[in-house]
Amino acid sequence: MLVTPIATAPALPVIATERDLRLDLFRGVALWLIFLDHIPGNILNWFTIRNYGFSDATEIFIFISGYTAAFVYGRAMHERGLVIASARILRRAWQIYVAHIFLFTIFMAEIAYVAATFDNPLYAEEMNILDFLKQPDVTIFQALLLKFKPVNMDVLPLYIVLLLLFPPMLWMLLRQPGFALAGSALVYVLAWNFDWNLPAYPNGVWFFNPFAWQLLFVFGAWCALGGAQRLSYLLRSRYVMALAIGYLIFAFAITLTWYIEPLARFVPQWLSDWMYPIDKTNLDVLRFAHFLALAAVTVRFIPRDWPGLKSPFLQPAIVCGQHSLEIFCLGVFLAFAGQFIISEWSGGPVVQSLISLAGILIMVATAKLISWYKYIEGRSPTSRVKTPDADLAGGGA
Amino acid sequence: MRFVVAIFAASALAGLALAAASGGAARADPPPEECDVPQSFLESDIELPRVTAEVKTKHRLDISVIGTGSSSIAGPDGTRLAYPAQLEEALKSKLTGVEIKLTAHVQPRATTAAMVQGLVKILADDKPSLVIWQAGTSDALSGIEPEDFRNSLDQGVAQIQAADADVILMNMQYSPRTESMLDVSTYADVMRWVAQQRSALLFDRLAIMHYWNDAGTFDLYTATKKYDMARRVHECIARALASQIINSAHLDAVRMQTTR
Repeated sequence: MLVTPIATAPALPVIATERDLRLDLFRGVALWLIFLDHIPGNILNWFTIRNYGFSDATEIFIFISGYTAAFVYGRAMHERGLVIASARILRRAWQIYVAHIFLFTIFMAEIAYVAATFDNPLYAEEMNILDFLKQPDVTIFQALLLKFKPVNMDVLPLYIVLLLLFPPMLWMLLRQPGFALAGSALVYVLAWNFDWNLPAYPNGVWFFNPFAWQLLFVFGAWCALGGAQRLSYLLRSRYVMALAIGYLIFAFAITLTWYIEPLARFVPQWLSDWMYPIDKTNLDVLRFAHFLALAAVTVRFIPRDWPGLKSPFLQPAIVCGQHSLEIFCLGVFLAFAGQFIISEWSGGPVVQSLISLAGILIMVATAKLISWYKYIEGRSPTSRVKTPDADLAGGGA
Repeated sequence: MRFVVAIFAASALAGLALAAASGGAARADPPPEECDVPQSFLESDIELPRVTAEVKTKHRLDISVIGTGSSSIAGPDGTRLAYPAQLEEALKSKLTGVEIKLTAHVQPRATTAAMVQGLVKILADDKPSLVIWQAGTSDALSGIEPEDFRNSLDQGVAQIQAADADVILMNMQYSPRTESMLDVSTYADVMRWVAQQRSALLFDRLAIMHYWNDAGTFDLYTATKKYDMARRVHECIARALASQIINSAHLDAVRMQTTR
C-alpha cells in the first residue's frame, strides 16, 4: 500500500521507487510543529499535536527519517554495494554533526548575551544555568562530544547516532527484515530493562535515548523496505482501524485531564498507576502505540495518490519536508530568534502569533530557495538526473 | 456618600490593623492587591487534615519550609523579605489567636536527593504539621534524571507524611529569560504526578507566576539590580500560599471561632 515494487532480483526485498509525497508533507508539518513547540509559552503551541495525545512531532519526524533513509540508501546499497552506501550514510552523519555545532554556536551567543544583559535578584538561582560560561573549555569540548546539549538541541545528536549505526542495520534489513526488526525491538526492551542510555554533561543521560528511539527509526526503515506492504492487510482491517481510533480517543481523553484538573478524578487510580509516567526519553510504549495508531489512521484516509497532495495549499509543507535538515536547523534558529524578540519587546498573543507565522513563512521561502538551487544545479528532488534526496536522514548534500 | 465614608473608614482601619500586624513598621508599599490569583490555581480536593487538627486542638501551627535558592532573596534583608517569612506574617494576620511558628531551611543548590537526606533531622527538630517543600529548580540545573528526581521526591513526601505532617509541594519559578536554556517542564510534570499519587497539595508557582506575567502584574522579563520586584513577587507568593493553606485546611471557620 505504501510502496510499489520494482523489478529486481527476486531475492531482494521490494523498495519503493517513487517519492511518496505524503512523507514530505508530514515531515514538513512536523518541522513546523517542532518550531512552534520550541518557542516557550507560544500561544500557537495549542495547535500542536502533543496537546491532543501521547506522541508528538518528534515521533513523526524520526519515523519518516528512518523511512527515507532506507528508501535512499537501501537502493544505493542494493545497486552499488555496502561500502558506497555506508560511505554516503556516514557523510550524511558528518553533515548533521556540522549543522549541530553551528546551532550550538548560535546558542552560545544567545546565552552570552543574556548573561551580559540580564540581571534580577528574583532569578538568582535560575541564573546559575550560566555557570558553564565560566568554563568554556570544558563546555565546548563536551558539546563537541555531543554530551553537552542545550535545551531543544537533542534531536540532531540522536540522528547522528542513529545514522552511525545505520549501515549494518540496513544491510540486515535488506537480507532479513523480520530478523532486523526483531533485533531492534530487543535492543529497545533491553534498554528499558537495563537502563541503557548515553551519558550527558554535566549530569544525567541523553534526553532522547538512542537505544529506545532507534526502534522507531528502524521501524520506519523496515516499512520502506516492504514492511508497509506486509502490513497493508492489517491496515485494511476494520478491527484494526477501530482499535486505532479507539486508542486515539483514549489518549485524547487522558491528555485533556492534564489541562483540565477537575477531570483528573475520572482517571481510575489503577490506570494512572499503570500508565504514568509516560516517558519521552525512553520512547514509552504508550507513545509508540499512539504514533502507530496515528499513522494507521493517516495512511487509511490519505492514500498515496490522494489528489490533495498536488494542491497548492499543501506545497509549502511539502517543500519544507523535502529539505528537512536545512529547515530543521533554520527552525531551531528561528525559535531562538523569535523568543529573543518576545523577551526584548513584547510577549503578547498577537506578537507570538505574528512571530510564529513569520517563522513558518521564512521556513517555506528558504525551502523554496534551496529547491531552486538544486534545480539550477540539476539535482531537483523531482528530477531523475541524480539520486533522490532524503535530506535529514539521507541523500547527498 | 455615606458609602464612600464607610469605605474610607474601613480602609483606614484595615491600614491600622496591618500596621499593627507588621509590628508597627512603616510600609513603603501598599499590599499588592493586584497580584491576587484566580481561585482555580489554589483550589483542590486535597485537604490538610493535620494542619486543621493542630490549629483546632492546639491553636498553633508549626510549619517547615524546605527549599533551595528560590526560597530566599539575597541581600541583608533577604530573609525577612523572602516568601517564608512573609507567609508567617500573612498567616499571623489572618489566623488571629493561633500561634504560628515557621522555620525555613533554605539549602541553595541542594538537589532533591540531598534535601531528602536532611529530612529526618528537620522533622524531628520542628515537629511540623505542615511541610512546604520547594523543589525542582536545582535538579533541573544539575540535570538530574527525571526518574531519579521522581524517586527522591516520592520518598521524601512519604517520609514527611509518615512523620504525621501534611505536604505542600512548590514547583519552580516561571523564568522566561532562562526558559530557552533551562527546561523545567519535565520536572514540573514529575512534581504534579508525585503530588497526585501521594495526595499532597501542589502550589503551582510556575503557573501562578506565568499568569502574573501574562496578566501584566509583573513583567518578569525585566532586568534590574534592585530588590523591589523580588520582594513583591515573594510577598504575592506568600499571600497566595496563605490562602491556599487556609482554604485547604478549612481554617476560615476556625478563625471565626477563635475571634468570636
